[in-house]
Amino acid sequence: MLELKSVEKTVGIETHIHPTDLTLEPGSFNILLGTTLAGKTTLMQLMAGLERPTSGEVWFNGKNVTGVAVQKRNVSIVYQQFINYPNMTVYENIASPLRVARMSGQEIEKRVGGLAEMLRISSMLDRRPSELSGGQQQRCAIARALAKESEMILLDEPLANLDFKLREELRDELPRIFQERDCVVVYATTEPTEALLFGGKTAAMHHGRVIDFGPTGQAYRQPVNLLAAKVFSEPPINTASITKKGARFVLNDKVHWPVPDRLKSLRDGAYTMGIRPHHVSPLKVGETPVAVEGIVHIAELSGSESMIHFDAYGDSWVSLSHGVHPFDAGAKATLYADVSRCLYFDEDERLVAVSEQREAV
Amino acid sequence: MARITLSKLRHSYFPVPYKEEHWALKQLDLEWEDGGAYALLGPSGCGKTTLLNIISGLLVPTEGQILFDGKDVSHLPPEKRQIAQVFQFPVVYDTMTVRDNLAFPLRNRRVPEAEIAERVREIAEMTDLTPTLGNRASHLTADGKQKISLGRGLVRTDVNAILFDEPLTVIDPHLKFRLRAKLKELQQRIALTMIYVTHDQTEALTFADRVVVMNMGEVVQIGTPSDLFDRPHHTFVGHFIGSPGMNVLPCAIDNGKAVVAGHVIETANRISKDAALTEVGVRPEFVSLASQGLEARIVRVSDAGRFRIVSTECAAGPVKLLAGDDIEIPADGARLRFDPANTRIYADGWLAGSEADR
Repeated sequence: MLELKSVEKTVGIETHIHPTDLTLEPGSFNILLGTTLAGKTTLMQLMAGLERPTSGEVWFNGKNVTGVAVQKRNVSIVYQQFINYPNMTVYENIASPLRVARMSGQEIEKRVGGLAEMLRISSMLDRRPSELSGGQQQRCAIARALAKESEMILLDEPLANLDFKLREELRDELPRIFQERDCVVVYATTEPTEALLFGGKTAAMHHGRVIDFGPTGQAYRQPVNLLAAKVFSEPPINTASITKKGARFVLNDKVHWPVPDRLKSLRDGAYTMGIRPHHVSPLKVGETPVAVEGIVHIAELSGSESMIHFDAYGDSWVSLSHGVHPFDAGAKATLYADVSRCLYFDEDERLVAVSEQREAV
Repeated sequence: MARITLSKLRHSYFPVPYKEEHWALKQLDLEWEDGGAYALLGPSGCGKTTLLNIISGLLVPTEGQILFDGKDVSHLPPEKRQIAQVFQFPVVYDTMTVRDNLAFPLRNRRVPEAEIAERVREIAEMTDLTPTLGNRASHLTADGKQKISLGRGLVRTDVNAILFDEPLTVIDPHLKFRLRAKLKELQQRIALTMIYVTHDQTEALTFADRVVVMNMGEVVQIGTPSDLFDRPHHTFVGHFIGSPGMNVLPCAIDNGKAVVAGHVIETANRISKDAALTEVGVRPEFVSLASQGLEARIVRVSDAGRFRIVSTECAAGPVKLLAGDDIEIPADGARLRFDPANTRIYADGWLAGSEADR
């Protein structure tokens, strides 16, 4: 178990990580989600002991390891750039941490064979990294990270430099690979979809802070505040200022809808609604479709899906729907927001309640 | 602006190519209309960069010709082809202002200053750079810098085409989304021939009117985004386009019909000729859980937010399907139904039968 206790990192007058408390369970898969410069890499370096916190403590399995160098901790790291030893074969690359640990030759052979099979590079063991594709090189780096029985594995955007399809393939395989380990896994990504597909727990990060942390499905469906909802939405979540007036939520005199029973006790006043693009459609679908009139900015059609960017009542909106729905730029359009899928935020931008409570995944 | 024709084009990096695999680019005939939006889509090493370099003039093709408006330019150096390029990493002059960056290609061509000012104003407006014109380029974000690269290409009035080489790869997802829409908007506004090279299907399919899908030096299919999604001509296209890609299962053939693990599968096409390898292809979008059909075991359900991806294993191999929140997923055994209108037979990788010849 990894515990960060009020860990802070400042460099000169800049704060890279604001005081952070975070507990990662053994055997858990944890995602750090945020844009470039959100602080994901710095937080990982603090976890690994590559950086020393300015204040606060790092505990691992009940021991204070603050300031203990990475070499003295049982940690593996996989970086975005595939790092392998160029003049060693794939076999020797994977075996290298085991040789350092003075494992017997027979044991090494068994371990490397098993890892290569799991990562589907068995037929490439005699080759050098330069003879492999990018995806295979990254598999080799991952196999090496898995070779020693680390208590913690950190992966810093490991798929970012790979082709789209290879990324898809490894996204599929990684959860399976980590399933049988009881180490703490930490995975940094800029992509909400990647976080969702991995499951586990997600920490949404913004400007050096962990702003939300919980089971991934819950962090996605019930983000703690508007900022966390934005970090966890791609394409961006649509937002609009609304008012609760008695039994109705009012966007303007044309667009309003009944307040769901569960939210009737909310006091009247100003709120912000958030609705993800896939709950806004050119078709009248969903549980509670409410018509939104807009001017189309651009329609991106991908062959199976339509992404319609439009302006409505002073806000930019995006709709993402199945099927091909062409619109000319500048055209008037009616789109339907399924308000049963809305998120509502109060004046402090904290989530007040969701329209449809769901079980956390 | 120009129509671009590739005629019997072939390229090899070997001095004397004598084997099929020596060709990095296999024979290619293509016509790109003036003002069209095109994409070259394929995995690393598929030959798309080789083709791009031939168009820009960095490479002279081993065989064949490249024509701009019917004129052979195969041996013209890059600077004589009037092609603008936007690369993966933004190329900007950090010490110059945004305005001077945009003006740079025009000053180089000794365009009168008054004309430059007018043109820069116009392009800055289109690329949303107007508020930052006086700023140093070094202070901009990655997407802002990429807009400058793009603006520098658009500012010239003499360009034949703009080539984009993975222009969004280094941009964060939330900015990528905005810039992608901007590119599409600009393409629609100024009918300039644009060629977009990428491994990312979403970028290719949303940007282009026609997409050229390449694999191992060969063009596998050229079509509109809908063609590629609805009727992949090759299992490679089915797999490469769509996320997750098309399910491909080996099948036996009985009387022209596909048989997967003992089940006759209704398909949109029939097979007429013998083939060494016969397969059935169906996209996850067109597989559903049903009360009867192919038996399968549920292996994993992953939450993609908008839908769930259900991974199953049937006797013939893995099958993925997409399920909305409203669909109940059985814990153990399941039966799969393939939508006949969107299920096809492939022979040795290629779409079988008469449907492909239509």
